[in-house]
Amino acid sequence: MTTETTPAGPFAYAPAPESRAVVDIAPSYGLFIDGEFTESSGQDRAKTLSPATEEVLAEYTQANAEDVDRAVKAARKAFEKWSALPGAERAKYLFRIARIIQERSRELAVLETLDNGKPIRETRDADLPLVAAHFFYYAGWADKLDHAGYGRNPRPLGVAGQVIPWNFPLLMLAWKIAPALATGNTVVLKPAETTPLSALFFADICRQAGLPRGVVNIVTGDGRTGEALVSHPGVDKVAFTGSTAVGKAIARRIAGTDKRVTLELGGKGANIVFDDAPVDQAVEGIVNGIFFNQGQVCCAGSRLLVQESIQDELLDSLKRRLATLRLGDPLDKNTDIGAINSAEQLARITALADTGEAEGAERWSAPCELPSAGYWFAPTLFTGVTQAHTVARDEIFGPVLSVLSFRTPDEAVAKANNSQYGLSAGIWTEKGSRMLAVASKLRAGVVWANTFNKFDPTSPFGGYKESGFGREGGRHGLEAYLAPATPKGER
Amino acid sequence: MPIAPASALSEVTASDQALRRFLHGLPGVDPVGLEARAASLGTRSIKAEAKAYAIDLAISMIDLTTLEGADTPGKVRALAAKAVRPDPTDRTSPATAAVCVYPDMVETAKAALNGADVKVASVATAFPAGRASLEVKLADTRDAVAAGADEIDMVIDRGAFLAGRYLKVYEEILAVKEASGAARLKVIFETGELSTYDNIRRASWLGMLAGADFIKTSTGKVAVNATPANTLLMLEAVRDFRAQTGTQIGVKPAGGIRTSKDAIKFLVLVNETAGADWLDNHWFRFGASSLLNDLLMQRQKLATGRYSGPDYVTVD
Repeated sequence: MTTETTPAGPFAYAPAPESRAVVDIAPSYGLFIDGEFTESSGQDRAKTLSPATEEVLAEYTQANAEDVDRAVKAARKAFEKWSALPGAERAKYLFRIARIIQERSRELAVLETLDNGKPIRETRDADLPLVAAHFFYYAGWADKLDHAGYGRNPRPLGVAGQVIPWNFPLLMLAWKIAPALATGNTVVLKPAETTPLSALFFADICRQAGLPRGVVNIVTGDGRTGEALVSHPGVDKVAFTGSTAVGKAIARRIAGTDKRVTLELGGKGANIVFDDAPVDQAVEGIVNGIFFNQGQVCCAGSRLLVQESIQDELLDSLKRRLATLRLGDPLDKNTDIGAINSAEQLARITALADTGEAEGAERWSAPCELPSAGYWFAPTLFTGVTQAHTVARDEIFGPVLSVLSFRTPDEAVAKANNSQYGLSAGIWTEKGSRMLAVASKLRAGVVWANTFNKFDPTSPFGGYKESGFGREGGRHGLEAYLAPATPKGER
Repeated sequence: MPIAPASALSEVTASDQALRRFLHGLPGVDPVGLEARAASLGTRSIKAEAKAYAIDLAISMIDLTTLEGADTPGKVRALAAKAVRPDPTDRTSPATAAVCVYPDMVETAKAALNGADVKVASVATAFPAGRASLEVKLADTRDAVAAGADEIDMVIDRGAFLAGRYLKVYEEILAVKEASGAARLKVIFETGELSTYDNIRRASWLGMLAGADFIKTSTGKVAVNATPANTLLMLEAVRDFRAQTGTQIGVKPAGGIRTSKDAIKFLVLVNETAGADWLDNHWFRFGASSLLNDLLMQRQKLATGRYSGPDYVTVD
């Protein structure tokens, strides 16, 4: 597959594919429970595909309730010793895991690109460095929990049941597992049904690092497995990243239990461009905001709010830039836009884009040829969008940008906040006072100024409103895995 | 962007105030974002036939330069011979775009080139500091043109620019342009001394408004010369200037580009910022000397599959 669709011109880049030989995918995978790969008690199997080619990469296990029970029991058994380890000892394992991830980062980047469909440029330059950084960061916290601001000697919660999405499979695993382990919890993690492979490779890394048995357990499967996990009475803490609909179902499911929960759900981020913005960098930020990872990012800047006085000029620049995006083989090092993760997601994006058109918004797509096999969607933007359009309200979770305009800073804030979500926002202006004033009025968990989609393990991430609750990352991310400190005298 | 009638832009140079308002009204530059974009384009992987194309294009874009107090006719003749036939073992190698020398060496260079399709570029205007009266700068320029220079590389008055006397800088460029006659004028900003990206964008527009045929980063004589970020910024400026006026201006990064890998990164910047129209030595140049040998070694590697080493290319 060598389809590249950039304007050819005289300087056409030859294919530069990253080698698949660095990764060895087994034909079939079991579950990782109590430190080893085991078979399910049932016979249910599923397949995972490469979304860029629809090639079957491997078969994996659809874990049933019995398997989940086994995993939770293993985690419970491991908890006693793991939580009793001095923080500095737990840190050693986390540092070791972080180093192994760095050593195996090329292999993991290729694997993630194959299973997810995102470009190797992103897995190599964004996902994997962030995964390792996250483990390094929380390793550093493990022996300093007394100083995290949660009182002396804060305690872990117990067994964490964690369910993660398919858009950043290994990075979301790191966001979940690193703080849980640093604080002394043990985990049962379920990766998404379309991207189970990197979690299974991570299981191997845990073995390589000599992590005690049962501290990390990986159960694969679809929503049924996830439901069995979050409903299991032996789970003390539920952490979920995914859609708002499933997040609500989980919240209902665990209502009335003593389980702690954090939810990181959808978003409809507003990227606000003022007339004094650094225009060329704003264009890059808009592109990065909505076309990074094919827009399959919960904090994507999917609503562009541009000051009316510069709208035409900015849109011209943006379209010119979009025409240079290279869509095609995700393993090619020059690919900017990869495949949509699944047929199901492609159908959802397609339907929402069609709704945008039917409701009268004007559709424009970058001129590019889509490969014949696999799941693809051309970078698309809608102009003439108002707050009343579906494409301005619903999360599309794809490479589709809705362009709205505003006249004054107050109007920008009002429109940005007029959403059921509140996960992210961006502000583009060269005026510092305006930047700070607007940021303080936005109801969004992350506000980026003159940048977008920048992540760092030291920075807390999470949402307002239907974007969920709880924070991941930074010192704040520890709170989700710690019980309040034991009061004086009871120690 | 609509193409403005020339008069619309001529008004902005009517007075110091008008020029200042215009230059300070240009969009700001976020340094972090600019450098991130330049770095990201630097990760493009250029292989096989694309690499061969880029190497030959880069060779053809070099202004092969010697600007030393120790320059002699012999040194300049050697440089000219190399410019015409960069690789004595392989006649298929393109010639460089030009040789670039001090004004007193123009005649020697011209004679040594003996009608070959390689231009003679001369630095002028009290290069590199530019600290001289306008009369001296113009005399320097006329000298070079009279000796046969096809291109003049002038330096702007950075002192005047940093003091906010934009009209003085503008008028000096106009005067040098006139003194250059038919020679193409490259205007050097010495970006390392302008220091901020906002200044580089303003200088770019100032130079283009004053009639520069090329805008050029630097003299090669200061600590910071051409970088991917400042070149990207200047490529954005020529792209926007053409969109607004219809006039295409060239770009020349100079100093600090030493390897084929670096040169190819700059060509990627050209390709994905200004566009393919600039992928030609009429519109893009490298001010360099040691770069040529690295390009030739890479070229030999592509042709033979083996690295030859520094003894298989000529020293200047």
